[in-house]
Amino acid sequence: MTPLLGLFWCDLRLSLRQGGDIGLVLGFFVLAVLMFPFGVGPEPELLGRIGAGIIWVAALLASVLSLERLFAVDHADGGLDLLALSPAPLELVVIAKGAAHWVTTGLPLALISPVLAVFVDLDPRAISVLTLGLLIGTPALSLLGAIAAALTLGARRPGILATLLLLPLYLPVLIFGTGAVEAVLSAEGARAHLLLLGAITVAALPLAPIATAAALRQALD
Amino acid sequence: MDSGYVDTGELVAEGLACRRGERLVFTGVDCRLAAGGALVLTGTNGSGKSSLLRLLATLLVPAAGALWWGGAPVMREAARYRALVHYVGHQDAAKPAFSPREMLRLWAALRGVAAPAIEPALAAFALGAVADRPCRWLSAGQRRRLALARLVAAPAPIWLLDEPAAALDGDGEARLSELIAEHRRAGGRVVVATHQPLRLDDADTIVLDDFAASPEAALAAWQ
Repeated sequence: MTPLLGLFWCDLRLSLRQGGDIGLVLGFFVLAVLMFPFGVGPEPELLGRIGAGIIWVAALLASVLSLERLFAVDHADGGLDLLALSPAPLELVVIAKGAAHWVTTGLPLALISPVLAVFVDLDPRAISVLTLGLLIGTPALSLLGAIAAALTLGARRPGILATLLLLPLYLPVLIFGTGAVEAVLSAEGARAHLLLLGAITVAALPLAPIATAAALRQALD
Repeated sequence: MDSGYVDTGELVAEGLACRRGERLVFTGVDCRLAAGGALVLTGTNGSGKSSLLRLLATLLVPAAGALWWGGAPVMREAARYRALVHYVGHQDAAKPAFSPREMLRLWAALRGVAAPAIEPALAAFALGAVADRPCRWLSAGQRRRLALARLVAAPAPIWLLDEPAAALDGDGEARLSELIAEHRRAGGRVVVATHQPLRLDDADTIVLDDFAASPEAALAAWQ
């Protein structure tokens, strides 16, 4: 496990030291959400209804935005060779990097979401479910995103290409994430939606790293 | 530093061929590397020196031929083989925000080495003065020294070095030659792709231009 823990800490420290990475993603997330009250008008009822959707879509976009750099730096500076030559399987290396990515993007996004929920007038009963949903669903965003980040290595416009590849893949996460909030508001209980969201993350945990590692091996060529 | 290696297997390459894109770069390269052996790859630009090194590091898959270590195909136990290999390419992989000391510790951890020889590695390439400065302030030569210091921080019996002396000054070159000599005395092996006349005693040389694919062979492979 040492190689993977070392890599995890390295990526984490790199993000923290370059500070900007986390700040930019969080800033984008907050601003994107705050645009909506201005765009659709400050009627609490309307905002409250679409609030969860706004926050989830903004979280998806913020996640895509941050993924571009997941492997790009290592690809450019030769670090990818060293990752591939680690005795640890490349799939586990991907999980370590994905975990660091989640801690520096998905986790802060989820933690700041209650504040944003207030801005879009989300029903207070639904706020905890929104945050819980983001905590369960964002690891899947990082894992699925790693596939696109690896596939677009060396592409001319990796950011836009990754966005086109990813947003359809993110749809199930979006549907069950917002579905959980809807269910609470209509007093159905969010359990089923949250379980399905968890199922997506659990399924992505072994499958996405396999696909990502295959794409990275192609990129080494 | 190097205290001899238990592994005494021989690295054997048979009929290696390499294809980059649609171009067959070389075919039929054979080589053998026993304990203490050295191999120098030379050839004109684009003759495939770096590609052959990457093939030996399992970073590329050969278009034909096979690689054997200790009598067994390398790809069968790729993870075990990779743990024996140090590959220093022409990129330095030094993160601008980290110091050389941190980079060495990370690279060693990535190889699963719990107690890396960080101080000896820094000393081997006289990096002590810049050890705690961010890598973004290092010169090209210092970055090269840092990449080569990996060899000392986490010992491995097979060194694959791509133009290791590029950007090094006279002192750096001398330190590198001494390090390689010491490595070989301890039973290590080294493959160097280089233009510069690096001092290596009784090393085998492969001139890759001799293995350039003939147009007919290239056409056959392409079809």
